Amino acid sequence: ENCCTFVGIRGKDIVVLGVEKKSVAKLQEERTVRKICALDEHVCMAFAGLTADARIVINRARVECQSHRLTVEDPVTVEYITRYIATLKQRYTQSNGRRPFGISALIVGFDYDGTPRLYQTDPSGTYHAWKANAIGRSAKTVREFLEKNYTDEAIAGDNEAIKLAIKALLEVVQSGGKNIELAVIRRNQPLKILESKEIETLVAEIEKEKEEEAEKKKQKKST
Amino acid sequence: MALFDVSGFKDYSELRRQIHPGGKTHLVDRTNHYNFGAKTQEFAVPLGVDPSGFIKSCSRDGGVCIELNHGTTTLAFKFRHGVIVAVDSRASAGRYLASNDVNKVIEINPYLLGTMSGSAADCQYWERLLAKECRLYRLRNNHRISVAAASKLLSNMMLGYRGMGLSMGSMICGWDKEGPGLYYVDDNGTRLSGRMFSTGCGNSYAYGVVDSGYREDMTVEEAYELGRRGIAHATHRDAYSGGVVNMYHMQEDGWIKVCKEDVSELIHRYRKGMF
Repeated sequence: ENCCTFVGIRGKDIVVLGVEKKSVAKLQEERTVRKICALDEHVCMAFAGLTADARIVINRARVECQSHRLTVEDPVTVEYITRYIATLKQRYTQSNGRRPFGISALIVGFDYDGTPRLYQTDPSGTYHAWKANAIGRSAKTVREFLEKNYTDEAIAGDNEAIKLAIKALLEVVQSGGKNIELAVIRRNQPLKILESKEIETLVAEIEKEKEEEAEKKKQKKST
Repeated sequence: MALFDVSGFKDYSELRRQIHPGGKTHLVDRTNHYNFGAKTQEFAVPLGVDPSGFIKSCSRDGGVCIELNHGTTTLAFKFRHGVIVAVDSRASAGRYLASNDVNKVIEINPYLLGTMSGSAADCQYWERLLAKECRLYRLRNNHRISVAAASKLLSNMMLGYRGMGLSMGSMICGWDKEGPGLYYVDDNGTRLSGRMFSTGCGNSYAYGVVDSGYREDMTVEEAYELGRRGIAHATHRDAYSGGVVNMYHMQEDGWIKVCKEDVSELIHRYRKGMF
């Protein structure tokens, strides 16, 4: 809960997961710190909390996704795999000799009928569906920002949804666009992590839009 | 402790381990609804018994021979307007006729049917178990189970007891989001999807009749007549099939029961055109 902020946004044809990249020590390789993982081709999960606990949950969820494909001959729905993860977490809150998993997870993806979904689970094992949510450090601030700014226009297109995620993260992230990592899933496409160049372009666009907004307000005041 | 060993006393956890030899019965209750009933076996195999070895010894020449025949005729075929399912209704125990009025189609839900051939007990038990799993799936996942998944569950149940003497040949028919579905599942764990199947010892006669009269673009009435003829002619020549023809038609909005006609009357009707 002390290191990263995650934001998840459900658009019309896209789901976006944004995370604040934790600054690493000089000698540490950046790519080994990965908090967004694919559970199957169409579902992915971001977690906040104890990374070691999350590894266990992710492993079980990946096996369950394939097991479901084998037995039912259909890919999992996002709700099914969320329910599985939540049941797993609940089992550990109600047995002797074990402690609960210390992670909150955001699970995003598309069902096989094309509907985008976003779910959040917590250590107690409850889960809820969200249109947009944040977990981790300063989640409350980000959620308030999303409540004000999540409108149908704001998610009208893929780019708009991505920009909304970036804007939400910029509220709490310390050093601007360099520390933001974004993952998107588009319908019928696998998980894609955006490169830093693309993020910088989008951040520059957002800055420009902000300036234009400020200009308009100034003009209104003066006239 | 020495006294424990000498007296042969087994404590509770060891007893449990013997009853469930494969499973880990430790601290936590395992919810099996994510296994779809596949991992927890319904019948624990008793200790010291080797069912597959016993069955193998029974089919060798010179020893006691137990032949497990699928004494019945059932057929099902897909055509443009859905799936037709037709079965006979005779139950035989060796050469004794146990009943001429058995229902060999289990109505799992308004969109799924299962047929039975082989050992009556095996079919009835396992298909009712399948119906239970399908109902549970519907309750847990808020949508009806697909035909592919239902047939997969049944074949996984069969694979769990492979070689131990189960006898079941079944066709799972239904209509789901992929359209009409027809799967053949049997006691070896075979699971095949297809346009037309017939099971039981009268199946060769039924195949002959239906293969010669089948067209993809049949009308509904023609398809009903074809199903009736298939069963009727099979029961005419096969001693272990008879009784009445129970026929169902699987449509997009569910199945309907088409008819329940006595075979002897059907043969009498066809005879006028036959000779």
